[in-house]
Amino acid sequence: MSTEVAEKVEKKKSEELFSKRRKKLISDPLNEDNPITIQVLGICSALAITIKMEPTIIMGLAVIFTLVFSNLLISLIRNYIPNRIRIIVQLAVVALFVTLVSEFLKAFNYPMYKVLGAFVGLIITNCIVMGRLEAFAMGNKPYDSVLDGLGSGLGYSWIILAVAFFREFLGSGSILNYKVFAALNIPYVNNGLMVDSIGAFMILAIIIWIQRTKTGYVEQ
Amino acid sequence: MRQSNTYIIIFTLITTVFVGGTLAVTSILLGPRQALSIEYDTKSQILGAVMNITEKDDVLGIYDNRIKSLVVNYQGEEVKTDAKGQPLVAEKVDVAKNYKLKPEERLFPVFKYVSAEDPNKIDAFILPVYGNGLWDRIWGFMALDNQLETVKGISFGHKAETPGLGARISDDPIISQRYEGKKIYNEQGKLVSVDMVKGEKGEPLDAHHVDGMSGATMTGNGVNKMLMEYLNCYESYFKKVKAQNVAGL
Repeated sequence: MSTEVAEKVEKKKSEELFSKRRKKLISDPLNEDNPITIQVLGICSALAITIKMEPTIIMGLAVIFTLVFSNLLISLIRNYIPNRIRIIVQLAVVALFVTLVSEFLKAFNYPMYKVLGAFVGLIITNCIVMGRLEAFAMGNKPYDSVLDGLGSGLGYSWIILAVAFFREFLGSGSILNYKVFAALNIPYVNNGLMVDSIGAFMILAIIIWIQRTKTGYVEQ
Repeated sequence: MRQSNTYIIIFTLITTVFVGGTLAVTSILLGPRQALSIEYDTKSQILGAVMNITEKDDVLGIYDNRIKSLVVNYQGEEVKTDAKGQPLVAEKVDVAKNYKLKPEERLFPVFKYVSAEDPNKIDAFILPVYGNGLWDRIWGFMALDNQLETVKGISFGHKAETPGLGARISDDPIISQRYEGKKIYNEQGKLVSVDMVKGEKGEPLDAHHVDGMSGATMTGNGVNKMLMEYLNCYESYFKKVKAQNVAGL
């Protein structure tokens, strides 16, 4: 938290739209500072909605939307938020955008609303969103906060998509509901473990293992 | 100044009004569209028991032309108004809510699928069914022929059955196809429903049994219990319809 706030102090007057520092805001959460695999936040939904890829995509988009707009709004009003009630204000802002997503989904994609059901509402409690608001948006300018939200949202999405890909492929024998094994005439018995939460834990652990081996990240 | 109580209270008030106002406006603006989505979803499920619905189909149009609905009670009598005297709409009867009541107190919607040429000729009776699967609730719509003896089609839905196993009741079209043509009465005229057997052998079975789902016996048991319970609930209505048919001839 402290390093990111400190960055702001030594900024030049007009910075490029995509300066090196700003690109890092987006790229860091994708790999070296990934919210799921490094910070180990947002695990709950990563387990719950990754059985199939289609709902996972919608979930990823919903989280990106929520992160970007709550980061933006909190950053815009960051100098007016009374310190003592800042967490409540953050929560209200997150709840606002999550409810908007949920309402729009109910109106325009009702079948998906039925599948995701409670999990969209539970984005409110997704630690990533509150974490970014508290750690970044409260101390940075709006545009930087939007980039940070986008980065973290994408970082979250690609991991849950990767998990969902393996779970759907091995657990249901399909990719995006297209029956791969049946189409290729390969006899394949679906792996029941993969449709269970245990499967998600295993795949997530393997992804974390591979990634931490590559980045050399060690838990302090 | 930013830490004073007055500032905090005013800030909270503004935030509340802003957040509450935005959500209220969204809810009002999206309300009709959401109602339409839910209506579309319910009607596709009802029609799904007798035909394959694709996205291109004009579900609401087909529904208006082909479905005539009514609500009956456990005794098989038509109910036209609810407890408060408001007219009852079969599509709005919440089967899940009624499931929590005793069977004698429930309301049962009946959807008559009428012939395209003659709106007075009934092709099928579509009945909602509801129960518990292995993990959570399951439901469905069962279509019976106009003699109320043979299954014309069935569609299932579920909340959380195991994907690839129990979830096949809604994902795998073969499961519902197996019910087509099965009889719900035995030779003695007793209501026996159609039972899903344990295991999936692919062998032909008699008129009251369908092949099971491998690895999903518990879901199958839930389906069997659900069908039996609801067919029992509708039996008085069946008898009334058959009596009328006989009288009509």
